[in-house]
Amino acid sequence: MRKNLAILFLLISIIALPFSAKANEEEKGKVDVKENIFHHLLDGYGWEVPFSHSYRIPLPVIVRAEDGSWHCFSSGRLIMHEDVVDPATGKTHVVSEPQIVYIEKDGNPEAYQFLLAHVSKHKDKVIQILPTSAKEEEEAAGIAAAQNDEVVDGFVKYDGKYYKEYRPFDISITKNVLALFIAAIIVTWMVMGLVRFYTRNGYKAPRKGMGFLELCIDFIYSGVIKSTLGDKAPKFAPYLLTVFFFILVMNLLGLIVIFPGGANLTGNIAITLVLAVMTFVITNINGNKHYWKEIFWPDVPLFLKFPIPIMQIIEVFGIFTKPAALCVRLFANMMGGHMIVITLTLLIFIFAAYGAAVAGATTVVSLFFSIFMLLLDTLVSFIQAYVFTLLSTIFISMAVHEEHDSHHEAHDAEATTAPKAQLN
Amino acid sequence: MELFTPDFGLVFWMFVAFILLFIVLAKWGWPVIIKQMEGRADTIDKGVEYAREAKQQLDNAKESAQQVIGEAQAKQAEMLREAAKMKSQIIEEAKKEASEEARKVMEQAKVSIEQSRKEAELQFRNEVSKFSINIAEKMVRNQLKNDEEQQKLVNKMLDEIEKN
Repeated sequence: MRKNLAILFLLISIIALPFSAKANEEEKGKVDVKENIFHHLLDGYGWEVPFSHSYRIPLPVIVRAEDGSWHCFSSGRLIMHEDVVDPATGKTHVVSEPQIVYIEKDGNPEAYQFLLAHVSKHKDKVIQILPTSAKEEEEAAGIAAAQNDEVVDGFVKYDGKYYKEYRPFDISITKNVLALFIAAIIVTWMVMGLVRFYTRNGYKAPRKGMGFLELCIDFIYSGVIKSTLGDKAPKFAPYLLTVFFFILVMNLLGLIVIFPGGANLTGNIAITLVLAVMTFVITNINGNKHYWKEIFWPDVPLFLKFPIPIMQIIEVFGIFTKPAALCVRLFANMMGGHMIVITLTLLIFIFAAYGAAVAGATTVVSLFFSIFMLLLDTLVSFIQAYVFTLLSTIFISMAVHEEHDSHHEAHDAEATTAPKAQLN
Repeated sequence: MELFTPDFGLVFWMFVAFILLFIVLAKWGWPVIIKQMEGRADTIDKGVEYAREAKQQLDNAKESAQQVIGEAQAKQAEMLREAAKMKSQIIEEAKKEASEEARKVMEQAKVSIEQSRKEAELQFRNEVSKFSINIAEKMVRNQLKNDEEQQKLVNKMLDEIEKN
């Protein structure tokens, strides 16, 4: 029953969402496709809620002002909402405009002024407005007129006036950061749930959801980590398993449209960059003699490495390109998936201008392809998390791999013991 | 382009979140789960091995039971045979003893018969001698009715004695 209700709710929201969006877009006249796509792909200071285009779930903004003081305020204060009554139809609609956040210091209520930049180099970021003299303002306006562009370096245009801007050190809890925490909490909850099950039930095997989780862990641990790293598996397994489940949960959360999801986390290069850097650090910290020898004195003809270190240069590049490929692969895959779904959805609004019949047909087609793409993205979520873990494991195993000689010996020993065992 | 420039705040929080998640899971999560899964796999392996061994032991037990039963049956047959042998031996002995006894009885009977025959013979002889004496007496009496005769006899007797 609850399941049916949930499905019904989703269907209604699917039908209702385009209509409310259409109503808003029609007022503006045309759809800004690029703006829409980037809005959904990029980070934000608030979290969108269904059925509203102006309100956001407010999140804390944490910034370090120019003088080194830290400031924390709600992101709700950055936007001003105003009910505007349309004189022609009599309908009210909400207009949202950025507004200056004033923070008091030593009795001066306007000591610090923060603004969500719109016409600035730091678009959609919180900037600090610095005191601007009339001369500087005129100068900025002059530059803008001369280059035929409103955006002037070092200035922000707000309410028709130019102000000197400073991009503060910004560690706000943005939409992506909150989504990151939610993903981390979900992973912790899942794993600790399984641990709690074990402590309560001893050697009993878990069923259903936990059984599936255990299956996934076993799939990664036995299938990837242990088979690649061998007896070194327990040392690196915690990192690799954490990476897999963190990426997987982030990927899947990104596919959910409303609140706990919707943040394009793994499609953000900052996230994948940190993950790739982790793998890079772990690989090179644990690299053994053999690994470094392969880089600085590989087994190739002497002329390739002695007078001009061709191989060394290639290998050193390889150290950096491997994690870079990891970073870009995950980022591009997830971002691409999101972009396609958003574009398909936006097609409806683009074609809405051509009349009801075309809009209706496009809606059906777009919806079908969107659902198909989302299903494909679910698959991609698994695959990309798997690929990232697999490649990290391979890079680490290449770094900690024992020398060839000892490996051959071990292999020979195995080969000699095998017939013996058969004889026995 | 903003899409390709990592935002410092997000990098910072990602690093913090990931490190925290890693510490928590590496300490209390993954090692427990891995140990548990491997422990369970080992237990299952051991269980299978144990079951296999138990089955083998069961088979062995059946075999040995069969063997014991066979041995018992052989022993039983042996015992029966021995008993039969003993029985016939006893009968044989009894028969022998009986015949011996019978022979002894017969012998005794023979002896007693002989004795009684001898006794009878003796008695008969006595009787016969008594009769003959009586007869002789009577004859002698008849012959010795006159003196002449008597004299002749006495003479003859005396002759005989003298001869001797």
